[in-house]
Amino acid sequence: MRRVYLDHSATSPALPEVVAAVREVLERIHGNPASLHGMGLEAERVLERSRQVLAASLGADPSEVVFTSGGTEANNLAVFGTAWARQRPHVVVSAFEHSSVLEPARRLREMGVEVDFAPVDPEGFVRTDALADLLRPHTALVSVVLVNNEVGTLQPVAEVAKLLDDVQTRWGRRPLLHTDAVQAFCHVPFRARDLRADLVTVSAHKLGGPKGVGALYVRKGVRLQPLLLGGDQERGLRGGTPNLPGIAGFAAAIRFWEREGERLRACFRELSARLRAELADLSGLHWNTPPDARRTAPHILNLSVPGLRGEVLVHRLEQEGVYVSTGSACHSRRAHPSHVLLAMGRTEQEAISAVRLSLGPDTTEEDVLYAAEAFRLALQDLRFLVPS
Amino acid sequence: MEPVVLVRYGEIGLKRANRAAFVAQLARNLRDRLPGVRVENRFDHLVLRGAHAPWVLERLQRTFGVVSTSPALEVAPELDAMEAAAQVLVAELAPRPGTTFKVETHRRDKTFPLTSPEVDRELGRRLLARFPELVARMKDPEVHVRVDIRDRAYVYTRVLPGPGGLPVGTGGRAVALLSGGIDSPVAIWMVAKRGVQATPLHFHAPPFTSERSKEKVVRLVEVLSEWCGPMDLWVVPFAHVQRAIRERVPEPLWTVTMRRTMMRVAERVAQRVGASALVTGESLGQVASQTLEALAAIGAATRLLVLRPLVGMDKLEITGLAQRIGTYEVSVLPYEDCCTLFVPRHPRTRPSLQEAEEAEASLDVAALVEEALAGAEVISPAAPAPAGT
Repeated sequence: MRRVYLDHSATSPALPEVVAAVREVLERIHGNPASLHGMGLEAERVLERSRQVLAASLGADPSEVVFTSGGTEANNLAVFGTAWARQRPHVVVSAFEHSSVLEPARRLREMGVEVDFAPVDPEGFVRTDALADLLRPHTALVSVVLVNNEVGTLQPVAEVAKLLDDVQTRWGRRPLLHTDAVQAFCHVPFRARDLRADLVTVSAHKLGGPKGVGALYVRKGVRLQPLLLGGDQERGLRGGTPNLPGIAGFAAAIRFWEREGERLRACFRELSARLRAELADLSGLHWNTPPDARRTAPHILNLSVPGLRGEVLVHRLEQEGVYVSTGSACHSRRAHPSHVLLAMGRTEQEAISAVRLSLGPDTTEEDVLYAAEAFRLALQDLRFLVPS
Repeated sequence: MEPVVLVRYGEIGLKRANRAAFVAQLARNLRDRLPGVRVENRFDHLVLRGAHAPWVLERLQRTFGVVSTSPALEVAPELDAMEAAAQVLVAELAPRPGTTFKVETHRRDKTFPLTSPEVDRELGRRLLARFPELVARMKDPEVHVRVDIRDRAYVYTRVLPGPGGLPVGTGGRAVALLSGGIDSPVAIWMVAKRGVQATPLHFHAPPFTSERSKEKVVRLVEVLSEWCGPMDLWVVPFAHVQRAIRERVPEPLWTVTMRRTMMRVAERVAQRVGASALVTGESLGQVASQTLEALAAIGAATRLLVLRPLVGMDKLEITGLAQRIGTYEVSVLPYEDCCTLFVPRHPRTRPSLQEAEEAEASLDVAALVEEALAGAEVISPAAPAPAGT
C-alpha cells in the first residue's frame, strides 16, 4: 500500500545528507571537544563549524547559540533560566504555547512566581492588546510561539517586541522576549534580530535533522541560569558533552534548507492550497488553520470534523496508508481535547475532533491528492458516527 | 557436591489416579520454561540440575503446580559430605555471634545407619564446632538447616513458596476473551491456576482501536505467559460488527448484542483450537451489562460452558491480584480506546433473552461471525527471555 506521511511536524524523516553527516562524525570524530589534545580539537572544529551554520541561519553570532537536547530543553531553559536569574520575576506566556513552555510556566506559578497566560483569538493569534494589559514593571519574560505547532498560525512576535519597547519607555526596563520557533525554523524565513527576540528555540528533527538535538539562541548580554550543571560547555549554560553527531546532522539539515528552502516553501504553499481545494466540498469539516498565507506557516493544516474523534480519523486514514496526527504528537496518547483549540475558543467537541496534516520535503502532489481521496473515503465511511 | 533445586508439589500428589500424568505435565512445563535445566522426576518431588540462576527461582515461583522450592546441595548420603554441604550453606548466611540455628533431618532411606534425631544432633555438634558463634535453638531458629536423606542426601536452608494450583495443561483448554482492561487477564490467570490452558482471544476494532491497543494486549499475553507458559493470541477484527450493531440495533441493547456476538466468535475459535469452555472477566454487578439477566442473555449465545472466575470478586480484589500477577501496570496504560463510541447512553440493564434475540433479528449474525473469523490473526508472543542470562 502507498504510504503518505503527513506528520512532519511531529518529526520528519532524516535527509540523506543528514544521515551522511551523522555517520561521518560517528565513524571518524572520536574526540571530546573539551579534550586538550588534537582529537579534541578536531571535534571542537566540527562543533564550532556547526554552530556557525546555525548562527548564520538565525542571523546571529556563533557565541549566541547554545546547543541543547532538543526544543523541549531549550524552552525549559528559556523559561526557568530567565526566572531563576531574577529576583521577583513576572512571566507572561501565550495560552497556546507548546507544553514545553506551558508546563514550566505552570511550575513557576506553583513555586510562587507571578505568571499570566495571554489569551488567543478564534483565528489562532495571540491577542496583543490583551497581552499589553498583562505587562508590568517587573515583567521578566514574555514567551510567544512563532508558529503554533497545532494550527500553524504565524504569531505577531515583532508586534509583541514593540509592546516590550513601550514597557521600557514607561518603566525603564525591557522584559526578555522568547519565541519558540521549532515549527517556524526553515519553514518561515526569519532572523532573530529582525524579530528582536532575546531567546529563540529551534530543533533539528522537524527539518529532517536527527532527533535529540536543538538549540537556544541567547542574545548577547542576556543573563540565564543553566538547567544542567556539571561542565562549562556552551558558555556554562548547558553542562554535558555535546551531542556531536546530532549537532553535525543539524547543521547538514540547515544547509539543505538554505539551498532548497525557498523552493520548498513555495511548494508547501501550493500543496496546502491544493489540499484545501480538494477537501472544500466535504461537508461537516471545519478548518482550524486560517486560509491567510501571510499569517500562516506553509506546511501545517489543521481541521476538525465535529462529532468524529480525532484519533478515530487518524486510525481510519492509517488504514489507507495516510499518516496524520491529532493535535500535536506529544499529547496524542491522551484523549484530551487540544489545549490550543480550547484557547482559540473552540468547543470541547471540536477540540477532540481535530487532526493536523503537515508537509515535508518529500511530499508530492500525488501524495496530497491521494490523501484527499483517503479523507473523502474515511469521512464517508465514518459518517455513521457523526450525529446529524 | 552439586547445587540443585528441589521442587515440591502438593495437591497433585493426592490425586492418585492421574498422579503420574500430572507430575509428567509439571515436569514438561518446567522443561519448557527453564531452558538448559535438567528436570528429574523423583518419587514425591522434582530435582532440577543446572538451575541455580536467580531467574530460575523466580520462574518457579510463577509456575502453577509448584508448592515450594529449595535451592539445595546434593551430596552422597554420608555424614561427612552432609556436614561439608551444611558448612557451605551456613557460611553463605554469614552468622553473627548469637545467630540461632537447628538441624532437622528427614530420613526417607531407612537403611541409613543413624536415625533422624541422631543425624540432627551429630550435624549440629559438628556445625557448632566449626561456627562457635552459633547458638542451638529448637523453636524458631534464624537458620534452619534441613537434611533429606534418600538415595542421595539434600541439604538446604531456604524454602520458597510457589503459587500452588495445578500444572497448566492438566485441566483442558479454554478460549479466554482478553480486552486491554484489568479484569480479563486476571480471569485467565485464575483458570490457568486450575490447570487450564487458555487461548486468549482479542477483538481488535481499527480504526476505533489502535495498533497500540493491540500491542498492549500482546504485552499482557507476554506477562501472563510467565505464569501460564506460551500462549497463542487470537486477534479477530470486530469493527464491522460494532458498525452493524450501531446502525441496526436499538441503542439500549448494543452491549448485550456485542457480547453475544463475541461469544459466538469465541465458540468458533474454541472449535478450531479444541477448547471446551470459554472464559470471561465478567463479574457481577460492576457495570450494567453484568447483571444476572445480562450475563444469562450473553451466555445463552453459546452452548459451551462459560467460566467467569471473577464473579465473586470486587474491584479492589481484582486490582490487587492484577498487581501481583504483573498485568496491572500494562492494563492501565492510557492508550486510546474508542470502544466508548459503542457504549449506549442508557443501556438496558436487565435484558431478557427474548429482547436480545429480537434485537439481533435485523443482523446477519452468521455472516458477521464468518467475516470476523476470516480476518483472524494468530500471534505467538516471544517467550520472555530470562533476565540475566
